[in-house]
Amino acid sequence: MASTIRVRASSNGDITEVQALIQHPMDSGFVKNAKGEIIPAHFIQQLTFEHDGKNVFTADWGGGISKDPYVKFAFKGAKKGDELKISWVDNKGATDTTTAKIQ
Amino acid sequence: MNKIDVGFLATRRLILQGAGAVALIGLGNLPFGLTPALAAANDKYPEEAFKQKSDADVIKTLYGKTAEPSDKVRMDAPEIAENGAVVPVSVSTTLADVTSIAFLVSENPNVLIAKYNVPAGTLPNVANRIKMAKTSNVTVLVEAGGKLYSASKEVKVTVGGCGG
Repeated sequence: MASTIRVRASSNGDITEVQALIQHPMDSGFVKNAKGEIIPAHFIQQLTFEHDGKNVFTADWGGGISKDPYVKFAFKGAKKGDELKISWVDNKGATDTTTAKIQ
Repeated sequence: MNKIDVGFLATRRLILQGAGAVALIGLGNLPFGLTPALAAANDKYPEEAFKQKSDADVIKTLYGKTAEPSDKVRMDAPEIAENGAVVPVSVSTTLADVTSIAFLVSENPNVLIAKYNVPAGTLPNVANRIKMAKTSNVTVLVEAGGKLYSASKEVKVTVGGCGG
Protein backbone atom coordinates (compact mmCIF):
# COMPACT_ATOMS: atom_id res chain seq x y z
CA MET A 1 0.00 0.00 0.00
CA ALA A 2 1.21 3.40 -0.82
CA SER A 3 2.23 5.38 2.20
CA THR A 4 -0.22 7.87 3.66
CA ILE A 5 2.69 10.19 4.37
CA ARG A 6 4.21 12.55 1.85
CA VAL A 7 7.27 14.38 3.04
CA ARG A 8 9.56 16.95 1.60
CA ALA A 9 12.72 17.66 3.54
CA SER A 10 15.23 20.06 2.08
CA SER A 11 18.48 21.27 3.56
CA ASN A 12 20.13 24.57 2.84
CA GLY A 13 23.30 23.42 4.59
CA ASP A 14 22.48 24.49 8.12
CA ILE A 15 18.74 24.21 8.43
CA THR A 16 16.51 21.43 7.17
CA GLU A 17 12.97 22.45 6.35
CA VAL A 18 10.38 19.71 6.56
CA GLN A 19 6.89 19.69 5.13
CA ALA A 20 4.60 16.74 5.65
CA LEU A 21 1.20 15.98 4.21
CA ILE A 22 -0.69 12.98 5.52
CA GLN A 23 -3.81 11.33 4.20
CA HIS A 24 -6.18 10.93 7.11
CA PRO A 25 -9.88 11.75 7.65
CA MET A 26 -9.19 13.54 10.98
CA ASP A 27 -12.81 13.11 12.10
CA SER A 28 -13.31 15.15 15.24
CA GLY A 29 -16.32 13.22 16.53
CA PHE A 30 -18.49 16.35 16.36
CA VAL A 31 -19.57 16.15 12.74
CA LYS A 32 -22.76 14.45 11.56
CA ASN A 33 -23.15 12.64 8.26
CA ALA A 34 -26.02 13.15 5.78
CA LYS A 35 -28.27 10.90 7.88
CA GLY A 36 -27.67 12.98 10.98
CA GLU A 37 -25.53 10.34 12.66
CA ILE A 38 -22.35 11.39 14.42
CA ILE A 39 -19.23 10.34 12.56
CA PRO A 40 -17.06 8.71 15.26
CA ALA A 41 -13.82 10.42 16.18
CA HIS A 42 -10.92 9.19 14.09
CA PHE A 43 -7.82 11.34 14.11
CA ILE A 44 -4.05 11.15 14.36
CA GLN A 45 -2.87 11.65 17.92
CA GLN A 46 0.86 11.63 17.57
CA LEU A 47 3.20 12.31 14.72
CA THR A 48 6.93 11.99 15.21
CA PHE A 49 9.94 12.92 13.14
CA GLU A 50 13.22 11.17 13.85
CA HIS A 51 16.66 11.99 12.54
CA ASP A 52 19.66 9.87 13.42
CA GLY A 53 17.71 8.03 16.14
CA LYS A 54 16.69 11.25 17.82
CA ASN A 55 13.29 12.91 17.94
CA VAL A 56 13.46 16.25 16.18
CA PHE A 57 9.77 17.08 16.33
CA THR A 58 6.62 15.59 17.86
CA ALA A 59 3.08 16.66 17.21
CA ASP A 60 0.24 15.86 19.61
CA TRP A 61 -2.96 16.36 17.67
CA GLY A 62 -6.64 16.51 18.50
CA GLY A 63 -9.63 16.34 16.18
CA GLY A 64 -9.24 20.06 15.46
CA ILE A 65 -6.54 19.53 12.89
CA SER A 66 -7.83 19.71 9.32
CA LYS A 67 -8.47 16.64 7.19
CA ASP A 68 -5.37 15.43 5.37
CA PRO A 69 -3.15 17.30 7.82
CA TYR A 70 -0.21 19.43 6.83
CA VAL A 71 2.63 20.52 9.06
CA LYS A 72 5.83 22.41 8.48
CA PHE A 73 8.84 22.85 10.74
CA ALA A 74 12.61 23.18 10.54
CA PHE A 75 15.56 21.76 12.46
CA LYS A 76 19.33 21.90 12.57
CA GLY A 77 21.99 19.20 12.56
CA ALA A 78 21.11 17.24 9.43
CA LYS A 79 22.72 17.21 6.01
CA LYS A 80 21.66 16.33 2.49
CA GLY A 81 21.25 12.59 2.02
CA ASP A 82 20.39 11.95 5.68
CA GLU A 83 17.26 10.00 6.41
CA LEU A 84 14.24 11.31 8.24
CA LYS A 85 11.81 8.80 9.73
CA ILE A 86 8.20 9.87 10.08
CA SER A 87 5.48 7.94 11.86
CA TRP A 88 1.99 8.52 13.16
CA VAL A 89 -0.50 6.74 15.39
CA ASP A 90 -4.22 7.53 15.51
CA ASN A 91 -6.87 7.16 18.21
CA LYS A 92 -7.86 3.74 16.86
CA GLY A 93 -4.30 2.46 17.12
CA ALA A 94 -3.57 2.51 13.39
CA THR A 95 -0.08 3.59 12.40
CA ASP A 96 2.03 4.36 9.40
CA THR A 97 5.73 5.00 8.97
CA THR A 98 7.88 6.24 6.16
CA THR A 99 11.42 7.37 5.57
CA ALA A 100 12.44 10.33 3.50
CA LYS A 101 15.83 11.42 2.22
CA ILE A 102 16.79 14.99 2.96
CA GLN A 103 17.38 16.83 -0.32
CA MET B 1 14.31 -46.61 39.89
CA ASN B 2 10.63 -45.95 40.27
CA LYS B 3 11.31 -43.41 42.92
CA ILE B 4 13.83 -41.60 40.79
CA ASP B 5 11.37 -41.49 37.92
CA VAL B 6 8.72 -39.87 40.07
CA GLY B 7 11.23 -37.43 41.39
CA PHE B 8 12.38 -36.68 37.90
CA LEU B 9 8.84 -36.20 36.65
CA ALA B 10 8.02 -33.97 39.57
CA THR B 11 11.09 -31.92 38.92
CA ARG B 12 10.30 -31.74 35.27
CA ARG B 13 6.79 -30.55 36.04
CA LEU B 14 8.15 -27.93 38.38
CA ILE B 15 10.60 -26.76 35.79
CA LEU B 16 7.88 -26.58 33.14
CA GLN B 17 5.58 -24.70 35.46
CA GLY B 18 8.38 -22.43 36.38
CA ALA B 19 9.21 -21.83 32.73
CA GLY B 20 5.57 -21.15 32.00
CA ALA B 21 5.36 -18.66 34.81
CA VAL B 22 8.53 -16.95 33.69
CA ALA B 23 7.23 -16.77 30.14
CA LEU B 24 3.95 -15.26 31.31
CA ILE B 25 5.65 -12.75 33.53
CA GLY B 26 8.06 -11.95 30.75
CA LEU B 27 5.29 -11.34 28.24
CA GLY B 28 3.24 -9.43 30.73
CA ASN B 29 6.09 -7.19 31.67
CA LEU B 30 7.26 -6.37 28.21
CA PRO B 31 4.58 -3.83 27.27
CA PHE B 32 4.73 -2.23 30.71
CA GLY B 33 8.48 -2.05 30.50
CA LEU B 34 8.34 -0.42 27.07
CA THR B 35 5.61 2.12 27.66
CA PRO B 36 7.38 4.39 30.15
CA ALA B 37 10.48 4.44 27.99
CA LEU B 38 8.46 5.45 24.92
CA ALA B 39 6.46 7.96 26.91
CA ALA B 40 9.59 9.53 28.28
CA ALA B 41 11.09 9.78 24.81
CA ASN B 42 7.98 11.13 23.09
CA ASP B 43 6.29 13.08 25.82
CA LYS B 44 3.05 11.34 26.65
CA TYR B 45 -0.04 12.23 24.61
CA PRO B 46 -1.91 14.81 26.74
CA GLU B 47 -5.30 13.09 26.56
CA GLU B 48 -6.92 15.20 29.29
CA ALA B 49 -5.82 18.53 27.86
CA PHE B 50 -7.48 17.70 24.55
CA LYS B 51 -10.85 17.30 26.33
CA GLN B 52 -10.86 20.74 27.99
CA LYS B 53 -13.50 23.28 27.01
CA SER B 54 -11.83 26.60 27.75
CA ASP B 55 -8.48 28.28 27.15
CA ALA B 56 -7.84 28.55 30.88
CA ASP B 57 -8.54 24.86 31.49
CA VAL B 58 -6.27 23.79 28.63
CA ILE B 59 -3.44 25.95 29.91
CA LYS B 60 -3.93 24.64 33.44
CA THR B 61 -4.05 20.98 32.35
CA LEU B 62 -1.22 21.22 29.88
CA TYR B 63 1.22 23.48 31.69
CA GLY B 64 -0.10 24.22 35.18
CA LYS B 65 0.98 27.84 34.95
CA THR B 66 -0.32 31.07 33.45
CA ALA B 67 0.58 32.46 30.06
CA GLU B 68 1.88 35.96 29.57
CA PRO B 69 1.16 37.75 26.27
CA SER B 70 4.37 38.46 24.39
CA ASP B 71 5.14 40.46 21.25
CA LYS B 72 8.00 38.05 20.62
CA VAL B 73 5.44 35.44 19.59
CA ARG B 74 4.31 36.08 16.05
CA MET B 75 1.21 34.34 14.84
CA ASP B 76 0.20 34.34 11.23
CA ALA B 77 -3.49 33.63 10.65
CA PRO B 78 -6.02 35.02 8.17
CA GLU B 79 -8.38 37.86 9.20
CA ILE B 80 -11.23 36.05 7.57
CA ALA B 81 -11.33 32.33 6.86
CA GLU B 82 -13.84 31.43 4.20
CA ASN B 83 -13.65 27.76 5.01
CA GLY B 84 -13.46 26.91 8.71
CA ALA B 85 -12.45 23.34 7.88
CA VAL B 86 -9.03 24.46 6.69
CA VAL B 87 -7.52 27.52 8.33
CA PRO B 88 -3.78 27.91 7.82
CA VAL B 89 -2.09 29.13 11.00
CA SER B 90 1.60 29.46 11.66
CA VAL B 91 3.78 30.75 14.45
CA SER B 92 7.33 31.91 14.83
CA THR B 93 9.12 33.38 17.79
CA THR B 94 12.38 35.04 18.69
CA LEU B 95 12.20 33.58 22.21
CA ALA B 96 15.10 31.31 23.16
CA ASP B 97 14.94 27.78 24.57
CA VAL B 98 11.50 26.96 23.21
CA THR B 99 10.33 23.52 24.33
CA SER B 100 6.77 23.41 23.08
CA ILE B 101 4.17 25.24 21.03
CA ALA B 102 0.39 24.80 21.34
CA PHE B 103 -2.56 26.02 19.27
CA LEU B 104 -5.95 26.83 20.85
CA VAL B 105 -9.29 27.85 19.34
CA SER B 106 -11.54 29.27 22.09
CA GLU B 107 -14.90 28.59 20.43
CA ASN B 108 -14.22 25.02 19.28
CA PRO B 109 -15.92 22.17 21.18
CA ASN B 110 -12.47 21.02 22.27
CA VAL B 111 -10.24 24.04 22.60
CA LEU B 112 -6.82 22.44 22.22
CA ILE B 113 -5.94 21.77 18.59
CA ALA B 114 -2.32 20.72 18.70
CA LYS B 115 0.76 20.68 20.85
CA TYR B 116 4.18 20.45 19.26
CA ASN B 117 7.21 19.38 21.23
CA VAL B 118 10.28 21.26 20.14
CA PRO B 119 13.59 19.68 21.23
CA ALA B 120 16.87 21.58 21.24
CA GLY B 121 18.10 22.05 17.67
CA THR B 122 14.60 22.40 16.25
CA LEU B 123 13.50 25.90 15.28
CA PRO B 124 10.48 27.41 17.04
CA ASN B 125 8.53 27.85 13.79
CA VAL B 126 5.51 25.74 13.02
CA ALA B 127 2.83 25.91 10.37
CA ASN B 128 -0.31 23.79 10.28
CA ARG B 129 -3.95 23.81 9.17
CA ILE B 130 -6.71 23.80 11.73
CA LYS B 131 -10.49 23.50 11.90
CA MET B 132 -12.66 26.28 13.32
CA ALA B 133 -16.32 25.81 14.23
CA LYS B 134 -17.01 29.56 14.06
CA THR B 135 -15.45 32.98 14.47
CA SER B 136 -13.09 32.70 17.40
CA ASN B 137 -9.94 33.79 19.07
CA VAL B 138 -6.98 31.68 18.05
CA THR B 139 -4.24 31.53 20.66
CA VAL B 140 -0.70 30.27 20.38
CA LEU B 141 1.18 29.25 23.50
CA VAL B 142 4.94 29.11 23.47
CA GLU B 143 6.78 27.44 26.33
CA ALA B 144 10.29 28.85 26.53
CA GLY B 145 12.86 28.61 29.29
CA GLY B 146 10.24 27.22 31.67
CA LYS B 147 7.85 30.13 31.12
CA LEU B 148 4.70 30.36 29.08
CA TYR B 149 4.06 33.08 26.49
CA SER B 150 1.08 33.65 24.24
CA ALA B 151 -0.28 35.53 21.25
CA SER B 152 -3.91 35.72 20.16
CA LYS B 153 -5.84 36.84 17.15
CA GLU B 154 -9.49 36.78 16.18
CA VAL B 155 -10.21 34.89 13.00
CA LYS B 156 -13.61 35.42 11.39
CA VAL B 157 -15.13 32.30 9.91
CA THR B 158 -17.83 32.46 7.27
CA VAL B 159 -18.46 28.71 6.96
CA GLY B 160 -17.81 26.59 10.05
CA GLY B 161 -15.57 23.56 9.87
CA CYS B 162 -17.21 21.37 12.48
CA GLY B 163 -20.38 20.51 10.59
CA GLY B 164 -22.38 22.90 12.75
